[in-house]
Amino acid sequence: MADSVFRAEGLGKSYPGVRANDDVSFEVRAGEIHALLGENGAGKSTLVKTFYGLVRPDEGRMVFEGQPYAPHDPRAARAAGVAMVFQHFSLFDALTVAENIALGMEDPPPRRDLSRRIAQVSRDYGLPLDPARRVANLSAGERQRVEILRCLLQNPRLLIMDEPTSVLTPQEAELLFATLRQLADHGTAILYISHKLQEIRAHCDRATILRHGRVVASLDPREATAGELASLMVGGTLRVVDRSGRAPGAVVLEVRGLAARPVTREGTTLSDVGFALRAGEVLGIGGVAGNGQEELLAALSGETLTPVGTVLMEGADLSRASPEARRAAGLLAAPEDRLGHAAVPEMSLAENTLLTGATRHSLSPRGMVDRAAATGFAERIIEAFDVRTPGPQAAAGALSGGNLQKFVIGREVLGSPRVLVVNQPTWGVDAGAAAAIRQALLDLARGGAGVVVISQDLDELLELSDRFAALNEGRLSDPLPTEGLTLERIGLMLGGAHGMEAAHVA
Amino acid sequence: MFRLEPRASAPLLWQVATPVMAVAATMLAGGVLFALMGHDPVAAIGTIFWDPLFGAASGYSRPQLLVKAGPLILIACGLAIGFRAGIWNIGAEGQYIVGGICGAAVALAAHPAEGLWIFPAMVAAGLLGGWVWGMIPALLKNWVGASEILVSLMLVYVAQRIAAWMAFGPMRNPEGFGMPGSRNLQHYPPAANPELIAGTGIHWGVVAAAVAVVATWVLMSKSLRGFHIRVAGLAPRAARFAGVSPGVMVAFCLGLSGALAGVAGLFEVAGPAGQITDSFGTGYGFTAIIVAFLGRLHPFGILLAGLLLALTYIGGELAQLMLGLPAASVQVFQGMLLFFLLAFDILTRYRIRRRPRA
Amino acid sequence: MTDLVWLLLTASTPILWAALGEMVAERAGVLNLGVEGMMITGALAGFAVAHATGSPSAGFIGAAVAGAALSLIFSLVTLVFLANQVATGLALTLFGLGLTAMFGKAYEGMKAPAMGFDWVVWMGLLLVPALWWWLNRTRAGLTLRSVGDNHDAAHALGTPVRLVRLGAIAVGGALAGVGGAYVSIARVLQWTEGMTAGAGWIALAIVVFAGWSPIGVLAGAALFGGVTVLQLRAQAAGFHLPVQLLAASPYIATIIVLVLISAQHKYLRRGAGAAPGSLGQTFHPDT
Repeated sequence: MADSVFRAEGLGKSYPGVRANDDVSFEVRAGEIHALLGENGAGKSTLVKTFYGLVRPDEGRMVFEGQPYAPHDPRAARAAGVAMVFQHFSLFDALTVAENIALGMEDPPPRRDLSRRIAQVSRDYGLPLDPARRVANLSAGERQRVEILRCLLQNPRLLIMDEPTSVLTPQEAELLFATLRQLADHGTAILYISHKLQEIRAHCDRATILRHGRVVASLDPREATAGELASLMVGGTLRVVDRSGRAPGAVVLEVRGLAARPVTREGTTLSDVGFALRAGEVLGIGGVAGNGQEELLAALSGETLTPVGTVLMEGADLSRASPEARRAAGLLAAPEDRLGHAAVPEMSLAENTLLTGATRHSLSPRGMVDRAAATGFAERIIEAFDVRTPGPQAAAGALSGGNLQKFVIGREVLGSPRVLVVNQPTWGVDAGAAAAIRQALLDLARGGAGVVVISQDLDELLELSDRFAALNEGRLSDPLPTEGLTLERIGLMLGGAHGMEAAHVA
Repeated sequence: MFRLEPRASAPLLWQVATPVMAVAATMLAGGVLFALMGHDPVAAIGTIFWDPLFGAASGYSRPQLLVKAGPLILIACGLAIGFRAGIWNIGAEGQYIVGGICGAAVALAAHPAEGLWIFPAMVAAGLLGGWVWGMIPALLKNWVGASEILVSLMLVYVAQRIAAWMAFGPMRNPEGFGMPGSRNLQHYPPAANPELIAGTGIHWGVVAAAVAVVATWVLMSKSLRGFHIRVAGLAPRAARFAGVSPGVMVAFCLGLSGALAGVAGLFEVAGPAGQITDSFGTGYGFTAIIVAFLGRLHPFGILLAGLLLALTYIGGELAQLMLGLPAASVQVFQGMLLFFLLAFDILTRYRIRRRPRA
Repeated sequence: MTDLVWLLLTASTPILWAALGEMVAERAGVLNLGVEGMMITGALAGFAVAHATGSPSAGFIGAAVAGAALSLIFSLVTLVFLANQVATGLALTLFGLGLTAMFGKAYEGMKAPAMGFDWVVWMGLLLVPALWWWLNRTRAGLTLRSVGDNHDAAHALGTPVRLVRLGAIAVGGALAGVGGAYVSIARVLQWTEGMTAGAGWIALAIVVFAGWSPIGVLAGAALFGGVTVLQLRAQAAGFHLPVQLLAASPYIATIIVLVLISAQHKYLRRGAGAAPGSLGQTFHPDT
């Protein structure tokens, strides 16, 4: 049995109203890939931030390589030998790869030596990167390589990876695990945070499962079934969605040769996107983040206008129609970002109904706001979708992610759309709310509406959709029937490993 | 140590309390400043905030309150609408000057004609002038994305130079013995904006300010357009999703605030100021920014804030006269007030908690 | 000819200093609209110290200290009280203008002591390559840029974001102070109320024009100096336009430059010359 590299003993952390971590104890050994498993809100993030010196625990202690360990900032954590690859916000877009890496090091060598070392390590671990490139111009997978390299150059004893595969195609994920295994074989301990059961069962040596901030199990994931892991994670059996009773009808939405400019600086240009959606059908659109999902939603919701003849609904050309005109025609949408896009966090739920419900529910006769009607509509959404909130006057930002998402989806579903387009409907949402949202989308299709689900969660798409298409670098593949699709086939549709094969041949 | 916890929404109590706290803190800090300069702080603060209303000379200064508050409130209402939408028009001073010049131009062109059409035509010219001056930054922002902050501000300096040119050139009073400055419109009744009720200070500009307060309230609190303005400021992407065009929003807000500032300039040139001079702009456009913030961008708050800042103007003059305080102390007061306001605002946006022991 | 070059240099110097200072602050992600207020404070403080000591050099140092001191208010309100940077910068300008109008009364009509060697012009020119090198070639400069690009990521790496910003704001204040003092001590040779006349706002526009690079700032300041000199020459030559309208030309030129550069940013997306990623955003350390 290898020696313990890191041990947590009785860690606890509270935030107002939330017990984020409660008496968490476990250990990570040298050479093992240790999974930290739990659904959104289980306390994983708080825990790893504690390990990395970003959060200070209220109680408990940590031991690192036999020494008491209490980093007061990430710098101290790095100095001790702990490195972390973040899921979000840890790279500097305006800076080059080499500059990004230098910033993560305590004592970076001179520029030229650093470039040489980057080249060296990236060859050793099969992570090809050009040190002089600006991060803004890199793909999601490449960005992650920068993060990993930044960590590897410090020779960490413990490497923490926070949901690393959420931005990767299945093939890219395989390559990542090859790299991690290589590292583990050299004696590095790896703490791997995820909620994806399959990859944990395939690649991790040990799994610690968190629920509501507590450790509920620590086991060998290779000896457990996905179902067992899932029920440990959510504390009960998962609700299975009911897909029955649907029959595809006539084409309701047709998209032809759609092209659109990026909506953000980091966005992707859409080119020649086309599909036909039938009434009663769910079309799933998969893809790694940043491949045009936001642009596609914006082009369908009317936030970006596209050339004439590219968006047709039941024969009418909506390509140049405003969001309001599209809503009037029955084309509704729910964007990915709940806070600041689909809803205004500072405003009450009642006011948030006005964002998209003003015309379809006549909430503003003659340009004036009918507050009573807006409140009534909010109450109906809360009631129908079991939104947990003190009431329609609560600020949207005060709701949990899952509840706000139920509200946003409910607002559109109750608008009785002919076509509903949703992006990432269950991202960052707890399992119960996710199941409810998925069921609502299926029920909508059963009622005869067409539904487009854009998501990065392949399991979700396979569960919901009748046909599946992949969005890769702004282009959409031909939709294929979901039944009979393998994960490998989907991976290839998603763009395979984005130019990584060459590196791993060596 | 303390930690800050963002609030989901600003509690009404703090929204009302923080401006009051800011005023109190400003009085305190101002008092300290005056004491350091060798003045009696209590007397100085009393002279500025109390005497204009209840002191010996209040008969003269009370009407002045509305005269000064009128333009401040009128301008601040327009600015507040833009600030709510996240559109920073800080060039109201320039729009005010151009509105005044345009209104005066109509009057001077009509001189010495008589007719009831003259004053309404001047009002229209004032609105139009301010609107045009506000639309320049709006169009430049919409076309190429030029910062409306910098463009509107630059246009203040341009407007000041135009006012100087007018006073020395095209608008110079032909009967003015070569002195710079236009004819005095107060002496030309069809174009004059006189005190409507003797002893109150109420002129048409004050009436317009009252109307603006109510209209702003209806717009912002009751209409869908007002809702969209607030959404645009809080969450621009949500506004776009709701179907609000950012370009239309920019043009609406800058155009409206420009027009209100312009008409404020017109009422001033036809009334209290009387003429275009090279120093026609006296800073109302900048002070109105403070009024808008102090009033929490709410029309009724702006009403109170406008009166308060008008008080500091009058009180400042009084203090200069009675105690020999420097005239600019009012400006210092106003600057401090804005700092305190911005700093105290943290209480409305965050809950301050004691950090648990590490 | 050399006369003209010198005229151009001296006309550009106040803007050059102020814009370089603001560029440092903006590269750290701080949009300080108080440049005008810090410049006018520097103009008065510099004049007062120079007058009291008889040494213009001491005046410039005093101006730097005064500008940095005033900027501390901005730091306090935006970094500790987390207030909006636009509004706070505006307050700083109004406050600086008021403060100097109040304390400047005593200095009106006085003459500045004679300048010997005009080191401020040359040091301003030296600052351009020095700042370029510091920003692009040193660890500290890299850290500053990282804070400006993405303050959350910098925080996650353990960089003291607020400390870096405090420093950048103070440098901005000090350089703006020197720029302002150059107006009162070296160009006008006396103190008058509001004498910087919008130079601080022009400096802000030049930072945008410069694409946040020191070399660009130099070009922008030279362009502005050129317009000023041309305008003065035109006035002296009895040009047909009224004097007051000629005096508006620097402001109109600034608007034109802003429009051209914004158009370029709009049509050539991203790459160099884009604004720092977290410019103007409030950094909240607890999330």
